[in-house]
Amino acid sequence: MADLTVRIGSLTLKNPVIAASGCFGYGVEYAKALDISTLGGIAVKGLFLNERDGHAPPRIVETPAGMLNAIGLQGIGVHRFVAEKLPELRARGATTIVNVCGTTIDEYCEVTRVLSDHEGVHAIELNISCPNIKEGGIQFGCSLGGTHDVVSAVRKVTSLPIIPKLTPNVTDPASFARASEEAGADAISLVNTFLAMAIDIETRQPKLTNGMGGLSGPAIRPIAIRMVYECRQVVKIPIIGMGGIASVTDAIEFIIAGANAVQIGTANFVEPLLWQGMIDGINRYLDRHQFAGVADLVGQVKSRK
Amino acid sequence: MPVDVPAVVLANTRLSPDYNVLSLGAPEVARAAAPGQFVMVKTAPGLDPLLRRPFSIFEILRDDHGEIRGLSLLNKRVGVGTSLLYDAQPGDPISCLGPLGRPFVPVDPPAHAWMVAGGVGLAPFVTLAEALKARGTSMTLFYGGRSAADLYHAEFFERLGARLMVTTEDGSRGTQGRVTGPLARALATLSADTAVTLYACGPTPMMRAVADLGQAHGRTTFVSLEPVMGCGMGGCYSCVVRVQRPGGTHLVRSCIEGPVFDASCLVWDALVGGH
Repeated sequence: MADLTVRIGSLTLKNPVIAASGCFGYGVEYAKALDISTLGGIAVKGLFLNERDGHAPPRIVETPAGMLNAIGLQGIGVHRFVAEKLPELRARGATTIVNVCGTTIDEYCEVTRVLSDHEGVHAIELNISCPNIKEGGIQFGCSLGGTHDVVSAVRKVTSLPIIPKLTPNVTDPASFARASEEAGADAISLVNTFLAMAIDIETRQPKLTNGMGGLSGPAIRPIAIRMVYECRQVVKIPIIGMGGIASVTDAIEFIIAGANAVQIGTANFVEPLLWQGMIDGINRYLDRHQFAGVADLVGQVKSRK
Repeated sequence: MPVDVPAVVLANTRLSPDYNVLSLGAPEVARAAAPGQFVMVKTAPGLDPLLRRPFSIFEILRDDHGEIRGLSLLNKRVGVGTSLLYDAQPGDPISCLGPLGRPFVPVDPPAHAWMVAGGVGLAPFVTLAEALKARGTSMTLFYGGRSAADLYHAEFFERLGARLMVTTEDGSRGTQGRVTGPLARALATLSADTAVTLYACGPTPMMRAVADLGQAHGRTTFVSLEPVMGCGMGGCYSCVVRVQRPGGTHLVRSCIEGPVFDASCLVWDALVGGH
């Protein structure tokens, strides 16, 4: 049995397999089907200060080995979350990573402050990368200065681990990884979805009400692997890698590319009970290749030269 | 509690060039199912198509000794996933996740149950009719399709003792016209002290028309919606519908707060898609 634990700042995850934000509700939805305390962590759906309705349906469309979504960050707001969802997450022993959204730096800070006052929140994932809303989020995530400003502002209001979630919709994600590290992030997570579009050729309308959406699923995995690899070359902080992971092989590939932990999103829609198999499979791989722990495999890409 | 079963196709009965009934060996799902619940099925192994598709549980399949051996789906070929299910062969693996969603609440006598089905919207009513029969509730099925070729399984409901009102748009079977025609006439002649609950499933405009009739005649109406769904578990927020709530309207996930809704709570203007 290899050591599966992962250190993210002051937090120790029991294993490197995390449910990705926006793909696992508030976590409690899945408690009827599986023991959610067995996951390395749960990144719950993005929260603003207030409730949001999100975009009108249709909100998803299937694409080759993937899907587009434009949910629009529908959410119950941070106050309802701590009142209605957090107690159950705590009671069930979940490792809760809250995905924090904002239209202003003040909102990111205020949501983080509210969460930091409550037991049961283990880390803050800063959503500066949702491609589906005009205001906030991506405007910070697409600018090095904006990324630095959000992370350093939130750093001042919480002692919880801070994990900016980075967008792939920039030329050089590694520079955003570095900006995050310099601003005091404990880790980074990447990639969010790729801005994309699908059109119905009969109606000539976009298939999504929002027009564009974010592409996820196995279709994006090789690009995400490349980006995690690039970020690993420039930062020392942990990387939580994601982007189309659907199998144990995929998860291991991200770890070798440089991820300390992984998040699984779209694949959970298809196989909501995949978690234990994923954790066991990573363990078996580590044993088979004689790695004492998952940390020893991170970034172990061998040169072909 | 939903389970994910690596089901195999037990039989594929093609009813027409578009419709088939697919029998799946998923007894664990079938045993736990309540009327009107649904399953998410993977129409093919691998990554394409990637997502599962939602289907009402059509029949609970039993062997000669009455033991549950699986469930069936009523499928209409409209896209990639439904075409794969139309072409499925006995022995093919089809992952089946369920049962999911809020079921129908069957009414007890002396109330009557009137089911209104359009095309494949018949699917959730087999299990509802069995539950109503077990309670001794009198039932009527208003069943409409474009033509006689779209209507199946009516004799099953007759065997359970249901009154049958069939309509086709081309007049090839039953009364010519839409299913809401006979429904409107029946509601208009119903005595006020006869309790009737309406249950509807079919194309969105049909369900809306049934909801309007139910409201006009003061009859509680439940509808079973089938919007585009990503996960069926409440994870993705793609299947939301707008409902009236104290303090305004809200988007709720039809996979966990539905698929069965009290029609009077729905904001029909905001509904898209379905069937």
